[in-house]
Amino acid sequence: MTGLASPRLRKAAPAAGSTPGTSQGPPAASRGDIPGGGTGSPRRTALLPTTALVLGALYCLLPVAWVLVAATKADDELFSTFTFLPGSGLTDNIGELTGYRDGIYWRWMANSVLYAGLGGVLSTVVSAFAGYALAVYRFRGREAFFNIMLAGVLMPPVILAIPQYLLMAEADLTDTYASVLLPLVLSPYGVYLGRIYAEAAVPMELVEAGRMDGAGEWRIFLRIAVPMMSPGLVTIFLFQFVAIWNNFLLPFIMLGDDEKFPMTVGLFTLLKQGASQPALYTLVITGALLAIVPLIALFLLIQRFWSLDLLSGAVKS
Amino acid sequence: MTQPPKGVRRSYGVKAAPYGFLLPAAVLFTLFFALPIGYAVWLSFHKVRIKGLGLGKGAKTEVWAGLENYTSALADSELLASALRVLGYGAIVVPVMLGLALFFALLLDSERVRGRSFARLAIFLPYAVPGVIAAVLWGFLYLPDVSPFHYLLDKAGLPQPDLMDGGPLYLAMSNIAVWGGTGFNMIVIYTALRALPAEVYEAAKLDGCSELQIALRIKIPMVVPSLVLTFFFSIIATLQVFNEPMTLKPLTNGIPSTWSPLMKVYSDAFTGGNIHAASATAVVLALATFALSFALLRISNRRTTQGAGR
Repeated sequence: MTGLASPRLRKAAPAAGSTPGTSQGPPAASRGDIPGGGTGSPRRTALLPTTALVLGALYCLLPVAWVLVAATKADDELFSTFTFLPGSGLTDNIGELTGYRDGIYWRWMANSVLYAGLGGVLSTVVSAFAGYALAVYRFRGREAFFNIMLAGVLMPPVILAIPQYLLMAEADLTDTYASVLLPLVLSPYGVYLGRIYAEAAVPMELVEAGRMDGAGEWRIFLRIAVPMMSPGLVTIFLFQFVAIWNNFLLPFIMLGDDEKFPMTVGLFTLLKQGASQPALYTLVITGALLAIVPLIALFLLIQRFWSLDLLSGAVKS
Repeated sequence: MTQPPKGVRRSYGVKAAPYGFLLPAAVLFTLFFALPIGYAVWLSFHKVRIKGLGLGKGAKTEVWAGLENYTSALADSELLASALRVLGYGAIVVPVMLGLALFFALLLDSERVRGRSFARLAIFLPYAVPGVIAAVLWGFLYLPDVSPFHYLLDKAGLPQPDLMDGGPLYLAMSNIAVWGGTGFNMIVIYTALRALPAEVYEAAKLDGCSELQIALRIKIPMVVPSLVLTFFFSIIATLQVFNEPMTLKPLTNGIPSTWSPLMKVYSDAFTGGNIHAASATAVVLALATFALSFALLRISNRRTTQGAGR
């Protein structure tokens, strides 16, 4: 499995030039430039497949386009005008949302950033440590540790969440930031990716050379392995960031105080209240828009750097 | 993979190092995975016995229940109903989502198709939208007073189905999962397609194969391992569906609080307050997931070994 992943990893390393490791740079020379002879002209646009692909793209953009329009509607316009007709209330809606319970919405946003950002960093560090250890060293219990860890992926979140909640309650930690943050730091999938990247990106010869030069194991990890694993580590971070940002169940169970809610739980409670007070729907819609726009912007910005093929390449092997 | 030469492993530092690196993961695993799982299993074999009126300290004690919680969990018709609902939902989601993912991946891999980078981004975009927010967005699109679909059907004088009840609910719920998951699976399959050597197609093209024939005869068979993997992950994700039905619930009366097995566990534990029964149900679900995973892994291993022998 390493055989496949390694050339791409190397290519993604900063030293290999400016090509970010995304699938932006397929080996065009080997694929595209087949001389046009033989059967038909391969350069002609295929209309039907293109249409299918564009329709797929539009389907995926539809809800986003809708929420963009719906967030501009004032309360009375939401239920009365055609759904894709822009309204006149965007700034009012944002103002109203900001004013709602002293700006608790922005608090949720900040909490999400905190959970996902800090959780993502810690998770990446733990994954890098464990992945490196599993890839580079041979020691007793290596495969056992790895397999037990992987079994964690299959564990339904609820079977973990109930006893996690009860144990947190024993330790008097429920309804704290730590109760949401700590259980998410260890990600079996992150450890798995860390191992794959370390195996592919860190040549044993360099580790040996470091040892010959008298460097300690920690120094070798920091100075040799981390720089080589960095494209993979960025991928693990982003993957974890998205996973924690999207998490709902754990904070939903752990938290009672809405000041500590992340965005997902906050919007859910708002929607739940909206069922009895439809006036809140406008806030929910505006809130949903404001919650996804930065995420989508971030996503578009970093997708050049986010090595999708690393993420899926690792999944593949 | 590479084994360090024997000579290097003599020093103590090298021997201890892997354990040091694994320590944080091991501690976290013990605290937040192993301990809770053990506790859940313990809970599932116990029940509360109430002495007297059940008031005061010591009036409630946890006593051994044997398999009692398990037998009642398995006999619970609500659990069975929720499992069947999720199976029905999965029977729509998995084939449709993976079919679309494969279809779009093949289109992305085809030279004569335009707008590929735009489409790749657009289709992958829902991955960035949390399940709860996706359910909020679609929930409003399904809500009769707000929905553009209802508006259009109304204008056309056609009947407007209630998308959040009965049979259409399955389609509505599946649609959210398909919308959110197609892009990720598409990228996995697309990456596998990209990794295939170009020479294979060139030979086929020289032999006069059309793009469609290449896709059907060469590309699809060669990405079977990725398809098996995406299938595996999709099934597990489907069994664990929780966020979307939970989010849609306030918008309709058509979704009971036990719609999916995980919702049933949640409501037993936190609304019903019976953590012992909930734990037994959770353990049953975990065992079912494991059994299914092992079965699928066995099948996929057999497939991959066969593939390697080609």
